[in-house]
Amino acid sequence: MSKKFWEELPQGSVVLEAGSSAKFKTGSWRSMRPRWIEENCIQCMFCWMYCPDMSVKVTEEGKRADFDFEYCKGCGICALECPGKKGNKAIVMEGEGN
Amino acid sequence: MTTKPLRLKELAKGEDRFAHGHRMCAGCGAPIVVKQVLMATDYPIIASNATGCLEVSSCIQQFTAWKIPWIHSAFENAAATISGVETMYRSLVKQGKIEEQNVKFVSFAGDGGTYDIGFQSLSGAMERGHDMMYICYDNGAYMNTGIQRSSATPFGANTTTCPAGDAIPGKLQHRKDLTRIMAAHGIPYVAQASPANWMDLMKKVQKAFEIKGPKFLNVIAPCNRGWRTKTDDAITLAKIAFETCYWPLFEIENGVTKITSKPKEKKPLVDFLKPQGRFKHMFAPENEWMLVQAQEYVDAQWERLLKDEAAG
Repeated sequence: MSKKFWEELPQGSVVLEAGSSAKFKTGSWRSMRPRWIEENCIQCMFCWMYCPDMSVKVTEEGKRADFDFEYCKGCGICALECPGKKGNKAIVMEGEGN
Repeated sequence: MTTKPLRLKELAKGEDRFAHGHRMCAGCGAPIVVKQVLMATDYPIIASNATGCLEVSSCIQQFTAWKIPWIHSAFENAAATISGVETMYRSLVKQGKIEEQNVKFVSFAGDGGTYDIGFQSLSGAMERGHDMMYICYDNGAYMNTGIQRSSATPFGANTTTCPAGDAIPGKLQHRKDLTRIMAAHGIPYVAQASPANWMDLMKKVQKAFEIKGPKFLNVIAPCNRGWRTKTDDAITLAKIAFETCYWPLFEIENGVTKITSKPKEKKPLVDFLKPQGRFKHMFAPENEWMLVQAQEYVDAQWERLLKDEAAG
């Protein structure tokens, strides 16, 4: 997004576009990366509920899809809260760039 | 409007009203609170936001994470701002200039903007009886400006303005019991919630939106920077806060106290203190009295709550 100068900004610096933060990709902050293991996923959706960055994608049928790596900051809450299947986690954290 | 069913699979199909791309720290508890609050209802919402982490990181010039009309006010007047908006809305409806659309008015603020700086405007707005909900996300210090103590900071915590060292062992005062102070205003609904118990939190939000008049909701929001913990344990710590009765989940509706969820077994407070770096010094042998005092305080608060519930 190009920088705007004061002449171009709306009066009172009002932001007219709802949810425009989506243009700012926070995925570059990540040092750890969550990996989704689909066969261990029980579709409990806890990861989706607890994600502070709205970075768990959901299909039209309301099923969990993969992570949205454009925004995921790699905090690891999803991996910690994941109940997994029979003790096997469906989300594991890995070092970024490994 | 019928109350939205709270099934995860159904909720997941809906659209978030708080967008990604906000600049809260990785693993912050506050955006989880906001998303759960906004997800709980389909009513149109207008929000004000006191200065704090949430405000400065969710709306940076040209970038806003909010998909609802949102006003940034100063640190001290989030409640006054939204009470003005609510009054204007009622006036415009009365004058026939806009249609009644069941708009709900919400104010978000951190503990600094609620317990300390914003307290006078919050107390005033509650007394005037505006139809609004005030939501405090309590992370227990001024995290945005660099972890200074607030009146929500728990006993013993190490912050930059009450550093644990040779002179003092962290904060020496207990936290202000704001939820009870708000209940003393005699408003129709006051509750305490946690993002880890999302169903409980969303039920409270839904219930509050159906009540006319001022409402207050106090929500715990773990902060890994200020609590000196790992980035992944915000929800786990909120759960432990509930299990140790450090953060009990209750509501006070028209003066009647009800504990909405009780832990199966009340765990010792050290379970909550141990994982957090801000309480590290309390585990030194010479500071053992602090652990005892902190536990005694939580026990007394819990006993009092149980008594209040029994009294009806």
